[in-house]
Amino acid sequence: MNKIIKYVLYDILRSKIIVAYTLFLLLLSIGLFNLGGSPDKGLLSLLNLVLLTVPLISIVFATTHFYNSYEFMELLVSQPIRRSKIFMSEYLGVSLSLSAAFLIGVGIPVLLFAPGATGLYLVLTGVFITFIFVALAFLASVITRDKAKGIGIALMLWFYFALIYDGIVLFILYSFGDYPLEYATLALTALNPVDLGRVMVLLNLDVSAMMGYTGALYKSIFGSGWGVGIAFMILVLWVLVPLLVSRRAFTRRDL
Amino acid sequence: MYKSYGKLQVLRGVSVELEEGKVISIIGPNGAGKTTMSKCILGMVLPDSGDIKINGESVLKKHLYRSQIGYMPQIGKYPENMKIRQVIEMVRDIRKKAAVDEELIGLYRLEEMYDKRMGSLSGGTKQKVSAALAFLFDPQILILDEPTAGLDPISAEILKGKILKEKKKGKLVLITSHVMSEIEEVADEILCLVDGNVMFYETISDLKAQTQETRLSRAVAKIMNEGRMQ
Repeated sequence: MNKIIKYVLYDILRSKIIVAYTLFLLLLSIGLFNLGGSPDKGLLSLLNLVLLTVPLISIVFATTHFYNSYEFMELLVSQPIRRSKIFMSEYLGVSLSLSAAFLIGVGIPVLLFAPGATGLYLVLTGVFITFIFVALAFLASVITRDKAKGIGIALMLWFYFALIYDGIVLFILYSFGDYPLEYATLALTALNPVDLGRVMVLLNLDVSAMMGYTGALYKSIFGSGWGVGIAFMILVLWVLVPLLVSRRAFTRRDL
Repeated sequence: MYKSYGKLQVLRGVSVELEEGKVISIIGPNGAGKTTMSKCILGMVLPDSGDIKINGESVLKKHLYRSQIGYMPQIGKYPENMKIRQVIEMVRDIRKKAAVDEELIGLYRLEEMYDKRMGSLSGGTKQKVSAALAFLFDPQILILDEPTAGLDPISAEILKGKILKEKKKGKLVLITSHVMSEIEEVADEILCLVDGNVMFYETISDLKAQTQETRLSRAVAKIMNEGRMQ
């Protein structure tokens, strides 16, 4: 498998998009840390931008990469290797290179300007989000053969998780405001990896005090080692479920 | 073997047994299922039902058997920004085998073009790379999908010579082609597919004897016409 990953990485590094992505994140992080007064403020603005851009770039890049590697995969399929191996190599190649870009672009500035637990959570969340959205992108690409359709589905997924989902949650909270919704919101958060990541980082910042009763509940859950453990488990599930579903589909389709 | 793409039935119960040491040519009108059949053998297309056995063992959902097969696709598709050298090295890497048979690389002078990108190659040169890759590991089975389409006459001659040479080594060679004169030169047997069914599977000499024609193209045309009238 390592051999194939090597060729996938080689192909990705040639395209220079990954370099541009790294520089973009680097500029963004350094800029935000220098702009705000306190490192906490910098982390907060960085969190919001990271949760918007990282899923978008991961999902679009991974989808286009998948369709552009079609010939590569076709060439490999007639060779004596398992299809699942080809698929996993493609997945790891893309998600590892995007994660490396994130670690350089955001990880290093965070380490320099705001080292600590919150920074660590932010970086971990970013890496998880990368793996999750690459998996979702591969799922979208395996579903349809048509490149334009695939990118459309990928963008819809991003739109849903980054924007629409929060709208739905707000609507539910507003409509059922008279009922105790603490645990319901907790469940709703787990159903969106972006929100889950956001909550985990926010609770490590002091701003959670402003989130009222729900915030206190979240704090009591995510503040404990248990809660963080469960949250990370859910993020792992968010990687595995789309990945395994798409891998299964990939090994059972015609090329 | 059965295979359909959505509502389109491509292979409707194709069942044949092919022996080694022969060159078998798969013919038939466009869309008869020739390419689909060879892709099924390679595991690129998964049949809906039926089985494919090589040396008595089913190969469905397996992958190691492919080290015994050399495949030359109809239209070779390669990653555009890889160089010829990289493509060859990568396949070599995957097969974990040093190349055994570099004859075609030499004859086609591919080494001189090793540093050209696949995307910049002409269709014919890509075909040469495909052919070289198919023969590179001295496989027991060769599947060549319209091998000479797009090749210049000299290169096509080289390829035909190579096919005959491999046949003498006792290999099974499957060729799909439309060029009857070419089939007559290299093939022993003909497998004719029409609308996903086997129309006939005969040796060339039998075909000629049956139809009392001296030219293969006439013999095949005669049988096809008779088939249509029935």
